[in-house]
Amino acid sequence: MPSIGWLRLPLWFTYLFLYLPIAVLVVMSFNASKIPFVWTGFSTRWYGELAQNELVREGLINTLIVAIGATIVATILGTLLAIGIARYVRSAIVEAYSLAPAIIPDLVLAIGLLAFFSLIGVSLSLFSVLLSHVVFGMAFVAAVVIARLGQTDPSLEEASRDLGASAASTFVRITLPTLAPGIIAGALLVFTLSIDEFVIAFFTDGPSTPTLPIVIYSMVRFGVTPEINALATILLLVSFTIVISAQRITRLTDAV
Amino acid sequence: MTAARSASGRGAARRRALNARAIFAGPGLLFITLFMTIPVVLVLVYSFFQRGRFGGVVWEFTLENYARAFEPVYVNVFTESLLIAGTTTVLALLIGYPTAYAIARLPQKWRTIALVLVVLPFWTNFLIRTYAWIVLLNSEGLLNRALVDIGFISAPLGLLYTPGAVIVGLLYAYIPLVILPVYASVERLDRQLLEAASNLGASRARVFFDITLPLTLPGAMIGAIFVFVPSMGNFVVPELLGGGKTVMVGNLIRDQFLETRDWPFGAVLALFVIALLVLLFALQAYISRRINGRTARA
Repeated sequence: MPSIGWLRLPLWFTYLFLYLPIAVLVVMSFNASKIPFVWTGFSTRWYGELAQNELVREGLINTLIVAIGATIVATILGTLLAIGIARYVRSAIVEAYSLAPAIIPDLVLAIGLLAFFSLIGVSLSLFSVLLSHVVFGMAFVAAVVIARLGQTDPSLEEASRDLGASAASTFVRITLPTLAPGIIAGALLVFTLSIDEFVIAFFTDGPSTPTLPIVIYSMVRFGVTPEINALATILLLVSFTIVISAQRITRLTDAV
Repeated sequence: MTAARSASGRGAARRRALNARAIFAGPGLLFITLFMTIPVVLVLVYSFFQRGRFGGVVWEFTLENYARAFEPVYVNVFTESLLIAGTTTVLALLIGYPTAYAIARLPQKWRTIALVLVVLPFWTNFLIRTYAWIVLLNSEGLLNRALVDIGFISAPLGLLYTPGAVIVGLLYAYIPLVILPVYASVERLDRQLLEAASNLGASRARVFFDITLPLTLPGAMIGAIFVFVPSMGNFVVPELLGGGKTVMVGNLIRDQFLETRDWPFGAVLALFVIALLVLLFALQAYISRRINGRTARA
């Protein structure tokens, strides 16, 4: 059909729209000039200066603490929740409730958590950010693992029980290995979401421990610098790598 | 005796099932209740009380916060937000729908890759994606320089710090959220239905407007909600790309909580956003039920 080529035009337009700004950032990060918009030659000096930036380094450490902690907790809770929903509760309402943190506007969750933490007297710190990231992270893990559970055969677990294996042994030897791709993909997604998350961290973080996105926010507000271009390039590379790995481990698009 | 034993056996099985429910789903549901439901309910509760001096509330009931939301200043912010979020949503549908349609019509092996390419930027740092547009739209930025170089304009345009820049930034942030649900609904379309229509002599335009469009409308509406509601609540894009000249509901809410420290009023504004979300989902459910009912009868 001759019209197929014409139909694909919007696709190319969308890809151009999505990737041109990213490509410009990456190219500009290797620009020797101090003026961020004028190309004067190839250089990696901004990556060197970035490595010297104390604020960025601190932000990165804070972000990694939150992201690793949130990933571990969210993966455990989210996996258990997914199994509970798919195998035992089987209620559409409970499932929707579990996935709600992923759909609720981040600003609403952020102000709610700020109000809640101050009401119960939890001082704002990396710990309060971690708890907040677990809430939506858990929903993403649950979504991916529920999708995986839908593709697996529960009779395998039943067979294991019938043959005399204990519930715990069945869980460790049968359930977890079959779910592993979903669990790993979910964990990778929580990690990327957490290292990039700004709005909720902005409301629930203490002033002395800014996460990397909060540091980036203050840098961007201050103006365009070649250092941000370098930082952007590194973060884009990290996110792309993680998400593509998650996609390869399980067919992510089946879950969304 | 056997009946009694099997009854107690059934009891034990039920207890085991209940235990399993509690062990697996319990901790997660508890966590969500504690750190999502209670906080959101707290926002609702706070909206009915007087503001504390440094954030928080004084426990005296009032409806004043709701009355304030209807003052002209705030109504204007709401109107402008609706306008900007609305324009963003329309553009997202105009670009996202044909894109999703094109992906669904790709050969099977390309579809996953095409979808991943659409979703990939969405998983990267949101601030950096917004920042990229500062670099592009700046008066010394790439777009302006390119336009001057090809002689299209003689002096750089003030592209940045305009409502247009805010719309582009929001569109860039949320367009994958339109493409995914539309793709899902186009992919689910019954090919035989479309073939039958064209075999019976319907033109391609007729097939599209009479069958494809109505059947994919629920998916497109989900996508529209996913763009519209977060756009209303976004405060980063208006600030960075609008230069503070464009104030949206999200900026107001942020300011009430972090600067003026009037939490109850901020809560009221946030509740408007939630109400909008709930209302739009209800509308979507109603329309998709009607469409499903109609095709079931046909």
